[in-house]
Amino acid sequence: MSDMITEARTGRADPMLELEGVGKAFADRSGVAHHALAGIDLAVGEHEIVALVGTSGCGKSTLLRLVAGLDAPSEGALRLAGRPVEGPRSETGVVFQEPRLMPWLTVADNVRFALGDLSREEQARRTAEALEKVKLQGFEQALPRQLSGGMAQRVAIARALARRPQILLLDEPFGALDAFTRRAMQAHLLELWQAERFTMVFVTHDLAEAVTLADRVVVLRGTPGRVVETVPVELPRPRRGDEPEAVALERHIEGLLDLG
Amino acid sequence: MSTFELRSRLAAGLGKRGDRDASQAAPQGAAVPASPGRPSGALGRLGAFKGWLLPLAIVLLWQAASRLELVSPQLLPSPEAVIGEILALANSGELVEHVAVTGGRVFFGFLWGTLAATLLGTLTGASTTARELLDPTIQALKAVPSLAWVPLFILWFGIFETSKVALIAVGVFFPVYLNLMAGIRQTDRKLVEVARVYGLGRWQIARRVLVPATLPSYFVGLRGGLALGWMFVIAAELMGASEGLGFLMVDGQMTGRPALIVASLILFALVGKASDALLAGAGSRLLTWQDSVGNREDAGNV
Repeated sequence: MSDMITEARTGRADPMLELEGVGKAFADRSGVAHHALAGIDLAVGEHEIVALVGTSGCGKSTLLRLVAGLDAPSEGALRLAGRPVEGPRSETGVVFQEPRLMPWLTVADNVRFALGDLSREEQARRTAEALEKVKLQGFEQALPRQLSGGMAQRVAIARALARRPQILLLDEPFGALDAFTRRAMQAHLLELWQAERFTMVFVTHDLAEAVTLADRVVVLRGTPGRVVETVPVELPRPRRGDEPEAVALERHIEGLLDLG
Repeated sequence: MSTFELRSRLAAGLGKRGDRDASQAAPQGAAVPASPGRPSGALGRLGAFKGWLLPLAIVLLWQAASRLELVSPQLLPSPEAVIGEILALANSGELVEHVAVTGGRVFFGFLWGTLAATLLGTLTGASTTARELLDPTIQALKAVPSLAWVPLFILWFGIFETSKVALIAVGVFFPVYLNLMAGIRQTDRKLVEVARVYGLGRWQIARRVLVPATLPSYFVGLRGGLALGWMFVIAAELMGASEGLGFLMVDGQMTGRPALIVASLILFALVGKASDALLAGAGSRLLTWQDSVGNREDAGNV
């Protein structure tokens, strides 16, 4: 029964990621629990792109951290590739809002940082490959302080991709970039997604970004955050955020967020 | 055309069309920001030698004052007299001996002080429990003027080497400890998270994130500690020693040889500066990645 629901929801038999009744509460200094998320059910299929949007404080970043295994849920179950998430997993790549590069390592060493468990030759091969994917060949020996914001974020993406993740999690990855660079990065990410066939879950506050990239937009609202609606985006790619159908979807989502 | 070629053409097209980011980026090397505030002209060409201009001017003034007999040689001997004193010490072999003794005291005091500070600073920096247990006591001990330890150290360790080294170690300890603890505590939690995401264990996180992130403030502490080490070795030697630069000073004072006093002062300055330069050199080699204007010279002391 639940398999059928999953299949109907994602159009695929084996979800890459499954969340069942996931909730998260944090205790503050005086021990009072604050609920950030409650009752989240979500299934994400292989090679699917899901956007998480929501009002501020609705726990969308928290949700991503739970999936990444950085925090443990207070209730409910998370399964990634069929196994429960109990900590950071090697199938997962994470890109944060800031590039979070080690300032003392070169670009190449920052990518290699994610590959500690592999042989030296394999590290070198994958680093070169990942930097080529994000078009940063020639910058291997540069230090993070020498990079622009967009380039630094591409290194962070290369670091995540070098592990050949089955699922890529991104927390407002382009939020700090200017509009022009952001569009270029979105197109680039989509291109990588088409080539590599990983699953992608990303948090954004940019509804145009959500609608141009995602197969489904999950709308969260409230404190604790709950899923109000999951909006499928069935527009052919490449999409533009200013096409009438896209704009209509953006309006619809905006309406969902304004309610409450 | 293979799909790979197609993809790379697409990629190239994309790069041309949209990726302003890539076209903006200067080729490697050119992206390095020019050293800020480097002056041009004659002073600029002198480079690192600019630091010698002021001492040189002082020596010239000093020489002129001595020649014109503006000051009594009993108060301020002439530069020649001082240089003569240093040369005499060098010829008799005493110079090397005294410098080695003082340097050795500073070295061992620095070593022990740094060791203790590194152990305790790592502990209180990394563990909240350890900090809550130990730090208040250490901060209270810091409030004791370090020279006030002298009577106790002499009582405990006698009047010879041990009490001197212990005093220097106490001086070295605090700046190293405080900077290391602060450095560990200020490490960006976000970088630690990246390490967790990519499967690094506790020890790997310590080695590959915490150590490099803490190194800059650790070096600030080491340099501050070394400066205090030199300060305390003089205090220790003035209070009673039979060799060392501090002993030379006392000797000069007792035997009425002002040139010897000034000569030891100059030797102190030279040896102290040299040891600091060594440490700073090691530091700047390790910390070239830092993105700050004054990352080599003027990292402040405690």
